[in-house]
Amino acid sequence: MSDAGQAVSPFMTTEKTRAGRHTESVARAVLATVTALLVLPLTAILGLLVIKGAPALSLSFLLDTPTAGMTAGGIFPTIVGTLWLVGVSLLIAAPIGVLAAIYLNEYAPENWMTRIIHLAIVNLAGVPSIVHALFGVGAFVLFLHLGTSILAASLTLAIMTLPVIIASTKEALSAVPMSFREACWVLGASRWQTIRYVVLPNSVQGILTGVILQVSRAAGETAPIMFTGAAFYLPFLPNSVHDQCMALSMHLFTLSMQVPNVPPAMPYATALVLVVLVMSVNLSSILLRSYLRARRKW
Amino acid sequence: MTSPSVPRQSPVRRGRSFASLTGEFLVELLIRACGFSAIFFVFAIFAFVVGSGAEFIVNRLDISQFLFSTEWVPTSVGQKRYGALALIVGSVSVTALAMAIAVPFGLGAAIFVSEFTTGRRKELLKVVIELLAAIPSVVWGFIGLAMVNPMIISLFDAPIGLNVLNGGIILGLMSVPIIVSIGEDALKAVPDSYREASLAMGASRWQTITKVLLPAARNGLLAAVLLGVGRAIGETIAVLMATGHAVQLPHSPLDSVRTLTATIAAELGETARGSDHYQALFAIGVLLFTLTFIVNLTADLMVRGRKASR
Repeated sequence: MSDAGQAVSPFMTTEKTRAGRHTESVARAVLATVTALLVLPLTAILGLLVIKGAPALSLSFLLDTPTAGMTAGGIFPTIVGTLWLVGVSLLIAAPIGVLAAIYLNEYAPENWMTRIIHLAIVNLAGVPSIVHALFGVGAFVLFLHLGTSILAASLTLAIMTLPVIIASTKEALSAVPMSFREACWVLGASRWQTIRYVVLPNSVQGILTGVILQVSRAAGETAPIMFTGAAFYLPFLPNSVHDQCMALSMHLFTLSMQVPNVPPAMPYATALVLVVLVMSVNLSSILLRSYLRARRKW
Repeated sequence: MTSPSVPRQSPVRRGRSFASLTGEFLVELLIRACGFSAIFFVFAIFAFVVGSGAEFIVNRLDISQFLFSTEWVPTSVGQKRYGALALIVGSVSVTALAMAIAVPFGLGAAIFVSEFTTGRRKELLKVVIELLAAIPSVVWGFIGLAMVNPMIISLFDAPIGLNVLNGGIILGLMSVPIIVSIGEDALKAVPDSYREASLAMGASRWQTITKVLLPAARNGLLAAVLLGVGRAIGETIAVLMATGHAVQLPHSPLDSVRTLTATIAAELGETARGSDHYQALFAIGVLLFTLTFIVNLTADLMVRGRKASR
């Protein structure tokens, strides 16, 4: 083929295309390395937490109250507190977020007002967590006189995680084909009846993935709850939403920043519990989503 | 897919009970109210943060001192000074270093995931990126404290490893997932016909990426970087734990600093409600809100601009 005398095929490789291919393979290798380097910190972090945290991890660590100035004992109250915060914030954020997504996907006309709502959601998602905390202190703790309580902290968390629920619910709703709605309207059903009996039943599992995602976001946050309801140390469990509580994320912060003479394994074990909790919730949302995508019939 | 067009008046109104119609009216009212809630919350956040610091900001805060003085001495007995320049520079330096790490890695990974992988491997990489994004910021801070800190001390022979470098590494890793996922969306939004046309002209895949896809997705990729910047500026707990506690202008990446966000988190608990110091922290909050608002607005306008032009 390379002989000069023979007929030259128009598809023959030339010096130029060969150089191009070489550049491409180099670029590909570089990009693959860059991507692989991102997998590295994830595995390194998880590995380190498991190696250093696992020895301190035991059933009694999970089920005991912190003792001796938080240098011994377990983390039970922080787990319970995190469950309270996440649960209450979910009760607040889920209905508002789902309804807001229904409005945006099913009702909102395409005009400047809807555009502003979108901008507001984008900005709500972008407001720094500590500014959410300032808002929580100003609005819920002081203005609404809720005091530092689970309710004030959960409200702050709920507003902070609202964009997560709105975005994923909207995605789930828009995955329902238009023809489903049209078929329903043609039968004389109103817009709400269509949503209630056709759109929601066909998207409820997709909405669920977003709600699960909100749980994982809310469980890991520290800054918004620091001044609104999470306590530094509280040896007993909360009884109502008006009590303060400890929280897993906040506990990791205090253990590593503010408490002297903590045995080194304790913050590792606390971080491990937090990461495992958040990641397993997150992973279940991802798995549910990919299961739903694979099973979708339309 | 907004605004499916439906006849305003549902044709079958007869035969439905009054209760059913009223119920529907109320539900739709609630849906509309929730739809507008995001606007309400953003305004409420701005109003409360400004409102809580307003009295001090208007009457006693020297704006030029706030923006251009490096002396943040809110607890001095004699002369209290509220100069936030060192905090602003702290935030900017940590964010800049974070972006120097996150932009090449994030965009590189976005291009790789979008253009060089398919099927299962693509899904797997996206899950890894998503899990990286799921690590709570307090855990990142703990990593900075317990893992990066000793590494910096031994590598650079530094007296302390809690500094701009540490914060930059941690924030960089935290911002990468957002840059990857938004950047990948931007590349995915470029129609396949662009790729096909370029490949049909004999361009290699890499030539297609650099000459066709990157220019076409430019706005979306810039938006991805901006959202990463927004995330980095606003991050609180991780930088509080990883950057040390020194209100000073950094001269090298090995200097400790304090960021705007960390200052609020560190001091809000110790101030008396309504005091000048308390209100000065809300003034920092206003500054942060404004900064991130501008960054996010710009990012959003860029993405919209791209969609509108296509």
